[in-house]
Amino acid sequence: MELLDYARGPGLQIAVTVFIAGLVWRLIHLYFIAKKVDLSEARCGGQVTGGIRAYFSRFLPHREFRKRTRYGTILAYTMHICLAIVVLGGAPHILFIESFSGLAWSPLPTVIIHIAAAAALAALLIAVVRRMQHPVMRMISNFDDYFSLVITMLPVITGILAVAHVGARYETLLGLHVLSFDVFLIWFPFGKLMHSFIAFGSRYTTGATFRRRGARV
Amino acid sequence: MSDVTERYPLETDEARLSVKDPHPRHDTQGDIDENERLRLAMANFAKNMNRTTAVYMEACVHCGQCAQACHYYVQTEDPRYTPIWKLEVFKQAYKREASPFGFFYRLFNLKRKVTVEQLGEWQELIYDSCTMCGRCSLVCPMGIDIATLVGQARQGMFHAGLVPDELHATAERAKEEGSPLGATASVFEDRAEWMADEHDTDVHIDQEQADILVAMSSIEIMKYPNSIGATAKILNALGESWTFRTEGYEATNFGMMAGNTAWQKSATMKLINAAINCGARLVVLPECGHAYGALRWQGAAMYGKPLPFEVQHISEFLADVISSGRLKVKKVDQTVTFHDPCQVARRGGATEAPRVVMDALGVDLREMAPTGDFNWCCGGGGGVITIHRADKLRYKVFELKMEQVEATGAETVLSTCSNCRQSYNDAKEHFHWDKDMESLLELVADNLAG
Repeated sequence: MELLDYARGPGLQIAVTVFIAGLVWRLIHLYFIAKKVDLSEARCGGQVTGGIRAYFSRFLPHREFRKRTRYGTILAYTMHICLAIVVLGGAPHILFIESFSGLAWSPLPTVIIHIAAAAALAALLIAVVRRMQHPVMRMISNFDDYFSLVITMLPVITGILAVAHVGARYETLLGLHVLSFDVFLIWFPFGKLMHSFIAFGSRYTTGATFRRRGARV
Repeated sequence: MSDVTERYPLETDEARLSVKDPHPRHDTQGDIDENERLRLAMANFAKNMNRTTAVYMEACVHCGQCAQACHYYVQTEDPRYTPIWKLEVFKQAYKREASPFGFFYRLFNLKRKVTVEQLGEWQELIYDSCTMCGRCSLVCPMGIDIATLVGQARQGMFHAGLVPDELHATAERAKEEGSPLGATASVFEDRAEWMADEHDTDVHIDQEQADILVAMSSIEIMKYPNSIGATAKILNALGESWTFRTEGYEATNFGMMAGNTAWQKSATMKLINAAINCGARLVVLPECGHAYGALRWQGAAMYGKPLPFEVQHISEFLADVISSGRLKVKKVDQTVTFHDPCQVARRGGATEAPRVVMDALGVDLREMAPTGDFNWCCGGGGGVITIHRADKLRYKVFELKMEQVEATGAETVLSTCSNCRQSYNDAKEHFHWDKDMESLLELVADNLAG
């Protein structure tokens, strides 16, 4: 079996299975931990609104913090937006999504995808260097932080090489690209990539609690 | 020309030279085996683990933004003061023992078992360098309420006998004598009688029935007793049915700050029982930040059911009676700035109340930058002011406040927390600073109209 056939056949099936099972297990585990009921008299109603509001408001730091957090925020946005452009705007990716969901949309121009891929890779590399250089980031970073960045970087690198036809046969490069995506899916539920799901829970909880107190969320 | 070695640089700016922190130092209480100490720390940390705290433990992406909101990091640039790092050993324990993939971590030893030496090392981070002011909770992009987790970590540390000695002694004294500063019931009655004479007003104590139960903080009773007279004057001017009760007059809660839930409950229940005994519909809490959080937001959890009365901070009470037109005040020709007590404003939601009061007084309010919910902490909350070894760090952090206050150009600093006031006054003496912090409550009482 060719690498490409394996990567998008059994490899992808294994990856999706591990991804879903891990995701469900991690979320269920949290759900079954007892919830603490707040018996204090609420100053304000609308805890659900507060929770949802916090989910959206925490996408950007409050104005008072922006100056000191500017660099990290710009880096995070560059990384996330550029990855989203590549994943959701690239023609081959849309074909892949259509193959299992039936959903399709118009791809973005190739030049935009190329620029976004280069910017995403640059942002990911800077993020790694920053973790190693900044005293705070260096102290608090662990294996998960670095590994998750590398695992995210691999599909970007292999994707760029495949498009540029550099380093090996196109089929081999494409196989490596899909395989790196399989690895990304497998790692997803075990590490910090899960923040894309857990962020909703943590932001919502704090938003609802502080809304109840009438405090800023 | 001789070569100058770079290994031993000149330190001309240092007032005193010494070897800094030759070895990690921490306080311990009790004669407990090290393994038992560790077990107690983890068991009591886990005891109050719930879905909220578990989600917080899982959510951190190690972005480091919390450091940028923390006065300890901003003033020292020491990465150890990064708020989420203060919880690192407890996060390590959670991941290994209680997380969804804990069995992997244990099987392959991916997260090492926390050691008692680590806990000792972390004592400074959990107590000396965190006032639980919650500024970090406001910046966290994942919405993690780090201050709540520090409170929970303190519960583990307390039961393991790993609390800074001064804070432990203060909390123990509060448990045994009913006050952390020796403001026993008889001392309080004595002070109240004195203040009644001083302010030429009636101070009601142990009324059988009253609509309003009032409490004081030990800091006020022992250091700022005019609060007693000021409160009495205002309540008498309103014609309220009110009382202090000697079975529950003290609002501070050092059990909560040190991390002993049983002591926290004991202090809270004194106030709850006093309110029930006199049939109060409202408990008015004094100018004290953490006392507000202890009863207003945590009181019902200690009671086990919703409280049968309303709870207000004195600033909320004043804002209500002024807004409704029941209390009239004279205009005050003064430039002031306002220090927001973290537990009342940022973590309590009563940020606007003092501004309503100051607006009625007509003072020229010059807000600090940042202000309100984003104001910097005084550095003395969370029991930190009791910890003497933390003084140097606390003064370093206070320099931020001095810069903020000076930039406003205001004559006077007002606040509604006696602990903040104590921190200011202590730092004022240390820095030979010329700014006083005064009580908003006393300013109102001194300027009642009619």
